Amino acid sequence: MIPAIEVRAVNKSFGNVEIIRNLNLRIEKGERHAVIGPNGAGKSTTFNLISGYLAPTSGDVLLNGQVVSGLPPFEINRRGLSRSFQLTNVFARMTVWDNVRCAVLWASGQRYAFWKSMDDLQDVNERTIRILEDIHLAARRDVIAGLLPYAEQRALEIGITVAGGSDVIILDEPTAGMSRAETDRAMALIKRLTEERTLVIVEHDMNVVFGLADRISVLVYGEIIASGTPAEIRNDPRVKEAYLGQEAVDA
Amino acid sequence: MTELVSSAPMSRAVPGARLRFYAAWGMVAVLLAAFPSIFTSASSLTTFSLVGTAIIFALSYNILLGQTGLLSFGHAVYYGIGAFFAVHTMNLIPQYGLPVPLPLVPLIGGVAGLLLAILTGWISTRRAGTVFSMISLGVAELAVALALILTDFFGGEDGISTNRTKLPAWFGWHFGPQVQVYYLVAFWVFVSALAMYALTRTPLGKICNAVRDNPERVQFVGYDPHIVRYLAFCFAGLFAGIAGALAAISFESANFTDLGWVKSGAVIFSTYIGGTSIFAGPIVGAIFFVYLSLSLSDYTSVWQLYFGLLFILVVRYAPGGIGGTLLMHRMPFRVGGLGRILRTYAIAAVPTLMLVGGFVLAVETIVHHTVNANEDPRIKAFGVSFDASSPMTWIVAGLLMLIGYFVGRLTWRGVTRAWDDARTIASERGIPS
Repeated sequence: MIPAIEVRAVNKSFGNVEIIRNLNLRIEKGERHAVIGPNGAGKSTTFNLISGYLAPTSGDVLLNGQVVSGLPPFEINRRGLSRSFQLTNVFARMTVWDNVRCAVLWASGQRYAFWKSMDDLQDVNERTIRILEDIHLAARRDVIAGLLPYAEQRALEIGITVAGGSDVIILDEPTAGMSRAETDRAMALIKRLTEERTLVIVEHDMNVVFGLADRISVLVYGEIIASGTPAEIRNDPRVKEAYLGQEAVDA
Repeated sequence: MTELVSSAPMSRAVPGARLRFYAAWGMVAVLLAAFPSIFTSASSLTTFSLVGTAIIFALSYNILLGQTGLLSFGHAVYYGIGAFFAVHTMNLIPQYGLPVPLPLVPLIGGVAGLLLAILTGWISTRRAGTVFSMISLGVAELAVALALILTDFFGGEDGISTNRTKLPAWFGWHFGPQVQVYYLVAFWVFVSALAMYALTRTPLGKICNAVRDNPERVQFVGYDPHIVRYLAFCFAGLFAGIAGALAAISFESANFTDLGWVKSGAVIFSTYIGGTSIFAGPIVGAIFFVYLSLSLSDYTSVWQLYFGLLFILVVRYAPGGIGGTLLMHRMPFRVGGLGRILRTYAIAAVPTLMLVGGFVLAVETIVHHTVNANEDPRIKAFGVSFDASSPMTWIVAGLLMLIGYFVGRLTWRGVTRAWDDARTIASERGIPS
């Protein structure tokens, strides 16, 4: 079977600094894959390389078997990959409703239409309503996104990411800065919204990682040192040594 | 919060909204049609032609600034090109006996603006922010230089003149009388404003807002921000060209200053003062700007100085412009604190006016001594006569400013407190400010 994402021998350096070294990663369709690693390991860079935010210095990234590295982000998005951001990245001066509508637009084939009224686009509006109900923001639809409380902005961030119906969803620390209760809600939300899709997630919270992921890859200093099921990773001595250590005992 | 929940039966095509839309635009149409019956003098109709042109121009500029977040320093280039193409068209039509009536000429200007925007836009909209602004400045400089070199087309410093009445009559109208020109301008103002409003409600219009807020994220929902900015730029060029053509029709001439910096600066000024965040903001700004520039110049020779100060004050204290500032008062209105806020305004207005009065007195006196020093010292500014060489003038100006400033500070604290209280109530009730 063709994997959803395949990273082949990718290197990324900024000037002389090598951030990612010979990265190889294979994520099957329908899998929930977590990428973990200590701070500065290159997790966000990996995400930026996969989503087209950065182009690799060498190597290829494949999405559903097609090479996408070097394409601009919007091209990769149109091929079925959508990502969220570690720092909330919504359309701050627009309403919640318009935020999600904009995220649905391209996927419903509206392109750059300037001859149709948004309010008449039944398909767009129905999809938006469904997403808003999914992320429990239906009652907040007319609030300016920048004025939402933090946890709700995070929910909107996830809503924007999944709204276009991409098969591959990648989430960069979706629960960062959330309380325990908010994290649990966010996890349930992510699980529900990414059913039957491929999910790649970067996360610091080990409860989230082990509760959500089918497979885990451990990234240390730009290299993947281990990849496997949660049980395998938990018992991998290299991982324990390099990264999990104390946190594995706590979890 | 409870209102928001209950008022959300989740379908968006609210019939009330549609009705409001037709009612509002219907009212605009009626007002435009009735205007000449209320203000019958030719001069007020001429003023309206200026205002109408400025409205289209400012709205077209706000497609860039307010909707897409692009700060252009050279928007007058597209206005000017529209004006020149309109003038040349108006000269060619009678020369070749073409059956094109005057009301269609703005379309030529619009197409000229659009074509130029299509040419210059692709490169300039590749990046937003400073890069875009600087390129717009460069294009403006280039356009002015070219206009002074290509004298056949631009007529050098004198410009090109025309006669609008030479065109084929349109249902018996020759557009000699000012009222006929008024209706021509009013028609195009209505059509252009409606079209630009409609544009904000289309998929492209919404994505423009998204590009303004977050061009990075737009890419991850499938859109190329460069194309979005480019399309917005082309629309802005189109409507600027229409505005330029209308100006050319009103003045029966076009001049290189039509595409120069002063014109570009004026549209930034009026759009920003009116408010970029709401659709009607630039309309208010354009009316305010034209009215003020016509009336202030009657009262004082340094009216640009007051304009500049006003601009600084708006940027500093009311960044939402006139429109945004008015809209801001919805929140205290909802929580019932508006009455108190307005009372604090009324109190604060007294020392503030003293401060302004003292300042104006000082400025006019200084202007007299530096610019018109040899003339009669008894001068008149804003309808008030005074002796610029008398020490009394300085004493009065100084006292007004001092008292105005220190008393004003106290009263403005009251305004701040009233706002703070309203905000506290609003946040307790979950009403967004």
